[in-house]
Amino acid sequence: MSFLWAFVVGGSICVVGQLLLDIAKLTPAHVMSSFVVAGAVLDAFDLYDKLVEFAGAGATVPITSFGHSLLHGAMEQADEHGFIGIAIGIFELTSAGIASAILFGFIVAVIFKPKG
Amino acid sequence: MPGFNAKDYKKTSKNYQPKPPYFINALKAFIVGGLICVLGELLSEMYIHWFGFKEKNAGDPTVATLILLSALATGFGVYDKLGQFAGAGSAVPVTGFANSITSAALEHKSEGIVLGVATNLFKLAGSVIVFGVVAAYVLGIIRYTWQVIF
Repeated sequence: MSFLWAFVVGGSICVVGQLLLDIAKLTPAHVMSSFVVAGAVLDAFDLYDKLVEFAGAGATVPITSFGHSLLHGAMEQADEHGFIGIAIGIFELTSAGIASAILFGFIVAVIFKPKG
Repeated sequence: MPGFNAKDYKKTSKNYQPKPPYFINALKAFIVGGLICVLGELLSEMYIHWFGFKEKNAGDPTVATLILLSALATGFGVYDKLGQFAGAGSAVPVTGFANSITSAALEHKSEGIVLGVATNLFKLAGSVIVFGVVAAYVLGIIRYTWQVIF
């Protein structure tokens, strides 16, 4: 059952992105940037956690979860350290994603030859 | 031509551009994006049951694995073919983020490791991080202020 909801919710988020590309004529970079901001806004109202609970990877795999994790990490540290905690915690939960993206991206780019 | 300015040109040229097949594109994005999320769900179940991760932190190794797969697929030239087919279906998941990093670095490889690969790594993905951090920072300040006052 969890796989079905992951498929439906994750797919639906991608459909929204596709419609923004086709109808609103946004570039992929604009769509991704808007989605990250949307994820952060949804998390600010505690809505994104509910979506994660419901859809699992359907909500954590799309780029919207990046915005959600940024704000989430910031708020966790803010509870402990006040305003400076926002700066301390902002990359706390996204660290694995960013670090591995830099590492693997770099290694692949060094080893492989550009195609096409 | 009288009265043929840039604004009119945009309007007139719009009539001659081919209309994208909205429904087919959306369907492709739905299926491919959904399948990538199912793969994510599979990976996180795997990390929870076999590697002792909790539901809360299973997202970290899952995202890292997806990024590794996507970077490799980009290196082999497979992910870009998928992107042509699926559009947002392959761009919106975190794999698309990794693809944009790897492909930007690969594209500029001929300029060298430092000026080409390392400098251009975040050429496309940079905007995602900048907007994410700025939005999260501003919202964090608003939310924390709200918590302190009420």
